[in-house]
Amino acid sequence: MVKKLLKSVREYKKNAFLAPTLVLGEVVMEILIPLLMARMIDDGIQKQNLGFVAWMGLLLVLSSFVSLAFGVLAGKHASIAGAGFAKNLRKDLFYKLQTFSFSNIDHFSSSSLVTRLTTDVSNVQNAYQMIIRTAVRAPFMMLFAMVAAFRINASLALIFLGAVPVLALGLFLIMGSAHKLFEKVFKTYDKLNLVVQENVRGIRVVKSFVREAHENRKFGAVSDSIFRDFSRAEKIVAWNNPLMSFCVYACMLLISWFGAHLIVQSGNQAAAGMTTGQLLSMMSYTTMILMSLMMVSFIVIMITISRASMERISAVLEEESQLHSPENAVRKVADGSIRFDHVSFSYSDDPERLALTDICLDIPSGATVGILGGTGSSKSTLVQLIPRLYEATSGRVLVGGVDVRDYDMEVLRDQVAMVLQKNVLFSGTIRDNLRWGDENATDEEIRKACDAACCSEFISRFPQGYDTWIEQGGTNVSGGQRQRLCIARALLKKPKILILDDSTSAVDTHTDAQIRSAFRESIPDTTKLIIAQRIASVEDADLVLLLDGGRIVAQGAPDELMRTCSMYREIAESQRKGVRSNV
Amino acid sequence: MSDNPSKQSAQPKGLSGPRRGPSGPMGIKQTAQTLKALDRATFSRLMQRILVYKKQFVLVLVCIVLSAVASVSSSLFLGRLIDHYITPMLSQDVPDYAPLVRALLIMACIYLVGITAGFLQNRIMAVIGQGVLKKIRDEMFAHMQTLPIRYFDTHSYGDIMSRYTNDTDTLRQLITQSIPQMLSSLMTVLSVFVSMLIQSLWLTLIMLLFLVLMTRVTGKIVGKSGTYFVAQQKSLGEMNAYIEEMINGQKVVKVFCHEEKTKEEFDLKNDHLFDVSSKANIYSSIMGPINNNFGYIIYAILAIIGGALAIGGVTNVSLRGINTLTVGAIASFLQLSRNFIMPIGQLSQQLNVIVMAMAGAGRIFQLLDEAPETDQGYVTLVNARRNGSGALEETKERTGLWAWKHPHQADGSVSYTELKGEVTFDHVDFGYTDEKLVLHDITLYARQGQKVALVGATGAGKTTITNLINRFYDIADGKVRYDEININKIRKADLRHSLGVILQDVNLFTGTVMDNIRYGKLDATDEECIAAAKLVNADSFINMLPDGYNTVLESDGANLSQGQRQLLSIARAAVADPPVMIMDEATSSIDTRTEAIVQKGMDALMQGRTVFVIAHRLSTVQNADVIMVLEDGRIIERGTHAQLIEKKGKYYQLYTGAFELE
Repeated sequence: MVKKLLKSVREYKKNAFLAPTLVLGEVVMEILIPLLMARMIDDGIQKQNLGFVAWMGLLLVLSSFVSLAFGVLAGKHASIAGAGFAKNLRKDLFYKLQTFSFSNIDHFSSSSLVTRLTTDVSNVQNAYQMIIRTAVRAPFMMLFAMVAAFRINASLALIFLGAVPVLALGLFLIMGSAHKLFEKVFKTYDKLNLVVQENVRGIRVVKSFVREAHENRKFGAVSDSIFRDFSRAEKIVAWNNPLMSFCVYACMLLISWFGAHLIVQSGNQAAAGMTTGQLLSMMSYTTMILMSLMMVSFIVIMITISRASMERISAVLEEESQLHSPENAVRKVADGSIRFDHVSFSYSDDPERLALTDICLDIPSGATVGILGGTGSSKSTLVQLIPRLYEATSGRVLVGGVDVRDYDMEVLRDQVAMVLQKNVLFSGTIRDNLRWGDENATDEEIRKACDAACCSEFISRFPQGYDTWIEQGGTNVSGGQRQRLCIARALLKKPKILILDDSTSAVDTHTDAQIRSAFRESIPDTTKLIIAQRIASVEDADLVLLLDGGRIVAQGAPDELMRTCSMYREIAESQRKGVRSNV
Repeated sequence: MSDNPSKQSAQPKGLSGPRRGPSGPMGIKQTAQTLKALDRATFSRLMQRILVYKKQFVLVLVCIVLSAVASVSSSLFLGRLIDHYITPMLSQDVPDYAPLVRALLIMACIYLVGITAGFLQNRIMAVIGQGVLKKIRDEMFAHMQTLPIRYFDTHSYGDIMSRYTNDTDTLRQLITQSIPQMLSSLMTVLSVFVSMLIQSLWLTLIMLLFLVLMTRVTGKIVGKSGTYFVAQQKSLGEMNAYIEEMINGQKVVKVFCHEEKTKEEFDLKNDHLFDVSSKANIYSSIMGPINNNFGYIIYAILAIIGGALAIGGVTNVSLRGINTLTVGAIASFLQLSRNFIMPIGQLSQQLNVIVMAMAGAGRIFQLLDEAPETDQGYVTLVNARRNGSGALEETKERTGLWAWKHPHQADGSVSYTELKGEVTFDHVDFGYTDEKLVLHDITLYARQGQKVALVGATGAGKTTITNLINRFYDIADGKVRYDEININKIRKADLRHSLGVILQDVNLFTGTVMDNIRYGKLDATDEECIAAAKLVNADSFINMLPDGYNTVLESDGANLSQGQRQLLSIARAAVADPPVMIMDEATSSIDTRTEAIVQKGMDALMQGRTVFVIAHRLSTVQNADVIMVLEDGRIIERGTHAQLIEKKGKYYQLYTGAFELE
């Protein structure tokens, strides 16, 4: 998993290696500097040798500049490496998403994909940056400080060997018990988000039923449990600080005691035992050694926190798209004819749970086909097989006489325009949105498409016309306007096949009829598939398919079905009840 | 034909022409400045919430002082250790360790106090921090419940959500980490400063001189990194919005083969994010080395000057009086200088967190400052019964008979009006914004038990009418009356209790099917809920679910079909049993065969109630008592189905247009 993620480091590999190397230099300097300080005190100030103090001081200033250079450069490269890694991870995830087929998209919920690309990437970035800055620093700092301490006085340095295991064990115990609580808190956070989400989305329901107090109670319960668990976890973590101080202070006291003995016995001679300056150095090493241990424990926490994020990211990166364009793909769609040859389809690839069963169809190019059926009768599924958004589980789908699997996917989808049931506009001007259909569309072409889709009229009423800004998701135009814009967008592709998946449900009947008659005039050669709920929407079709439970239960011309199919009649009756008597 | 007001009200804001790209460094500077202006007010409001825990906070302060004292006396002790204990022993023939033992014991006690104080401080701060956060979250949510629908129309879900997640998270960091850290750094700086004065005034002055220099440099860096951090947050927000938009529209991207275009745009945003975020991180990460090494340089300079002073025998001035500078004093001072620089470095590193947390807190307070829905209503809904003389009187128990309790301010008397569910509109004009009226001169009467249908094209104002009935939006006094009472005088909660609403977009809540039905009436028994479900034909499909009524619904009932979800929302309204029902396109996303089933449920529910129906399928409104045809916010035709067909006007056209193309 880690290997998979690290592939995204790429051009920032240099920074990722430079940073720890530079950190190493910084650590060396940080070890050397206390030695200089000790000599300055021992041989300079104690002996009142100002020349020596000045000399050492100069060295110290120089070393600190070197150390500064190491530190600044290390910080710079670590930052670039971290931000660069995050950038590439996001990019890889996003690019991967673009290769996903519809079934891949269904596999991950869209909200979870958003979290993976945002929060999860940030978590991994933080951990990564922390690791390249401290994974080298902490152990080497500890090692060097230990070596330096042992060189000053081995017996005194033994104190550290006693303190380190105590601190390590303590940290281990603290982190172990806090970790479980933190995990619980993160889960409760999800619940909190859920309550807020449902509340905001359903605010009209909440207000209509006057359920504000009920919602407050629901939220209160969740926020209570976050308070309880989080403060408990933090109380456990609060042991960190005293544990650390205890170890540092204990070491200092012990060093003071034994150090004093050593100094007195040796008469403040380095060779015989120890000097006062060296004693001060030992004190600095105390903090260094114990702090670096603390840092290691932080790294461990960071890794455990980000592990879940890493898993979620690599799940996306490892997902393989099931759909690929074949080699030597057909790059031209001959015409708009469609043929289904004993097609069955299952979303779960399970022949026991078929969404479509044994569909056989023959639609000539340029025909208008109406598709009717109840919710869940797989109307959408049927049409989504045509531009190969999903792949038939068995049987063949042919467009222009060629199996859809033999086409280059882009070529096929360019010729099969589809207005989805859940159609989406993107933030940008109306013109930007329409140009999704054809990047190079002229204003004249755009106007024509809008005329056909009956949106010219309302667009001209906007003060900014085609330059009107559409908010994300098209929330600032009404449902009916949105649907018509989506149709215009699809028309601009000048496709050989046009599929409308219940795309006029929010458009009133009159406009609906207008759109259909515009289709007849402006795109007579395009094969038109119209999924509808209103029987009126399909009454002028050449062919009507009636679906039920994933099977075609009837197909034929509308008046033929009126005569022969009871289900069709039933639907027709239910929709025009009472009309005949009046007309 | 769904004319959701959110879309209309958002229009003036949204239809503003093309937008500019992400703002450059100039924009960053401005944001930083406006932030600073906001900060003071924001900070004091935040402190108010922290000071709810006054006692604990004072205790924390005491603990911070104690642990700072412990750490300072620890470094002071090093000097004394050498000067007062070790050096004297060096000249003794038989070293006397007793004073050292005493000193070490005293130090041990001080350390113990320091450790305990540190421990207490962390534990108390954990409780304060989480407590404040809980309070803020609860406050935010409760306040959100009082906000008018208009607020939700103009703020995106993601925008609201981030206040509960990102923004409170930065606050958590601020309260539990930055504030105590800052206080303790401040304490340490202060006490170290005093200790430095105890050692030597001259050296302290030199120290201060360099400190000014150092803060100049770090101040610049902090400023830079702060602005980049704000820019990073902004860029991250834009990135998230883009990702969200593209992921939600992923299927459209596929259908239009727009993958390459999408990637290009993504790369642009991603590169910009990388740019500001690496800069922000660089500036914040070089602060440590700079502070640290500045400390070494100061150390060297102090040593040289200190040494010169000592050798030169210059008179030393300190808080202990006038004396000569000892070697031990210099050593102590040097150690103190390290202790002085370190907390200042820590302080400057906290500044980034503070900048971000203040921005977050600002957004949280912004939500808390939103004006709530106003409600001056004082007419309430009470259970009633008829007394001997047939007059209404108030009663505690549920009688099924409801009355409006209307206290009259003039004479203090109270009158009761039976709840019937009559609604009248009297020449109502209304617009979501001042510039544009959505309704013009609407006059309508809905008598008790009548079914009123609103028909018209998208944007004609149908939903707006219902939004005025349940007072999601308010209009001038006396224009809308409910049972002859000015609707503005009725308490909103009581008004809405008397109305049942079924919307086109169904919202279900996570919980069991039973919970969702019970949402209509919280004290409903299981039997009542099941009866409601049976009434509206939902019982049969519920029983087919894996756990029947106890089936848990997740993510808005994703495992149910559109029709089933709508049936549940109808059952939910049924259990509430309100006298007036509003059905806004309740069946438009259901296919006609399913609709036939749902319709039966709705018909059962509509029995004996005043009902407003909005539908674009004319078949569903034919049996209405009165049909209003709306166009551009005006009622252009009204009458029964037969009358309107007779009239051969707009309704006739709409109706016949449904199956006869012209």
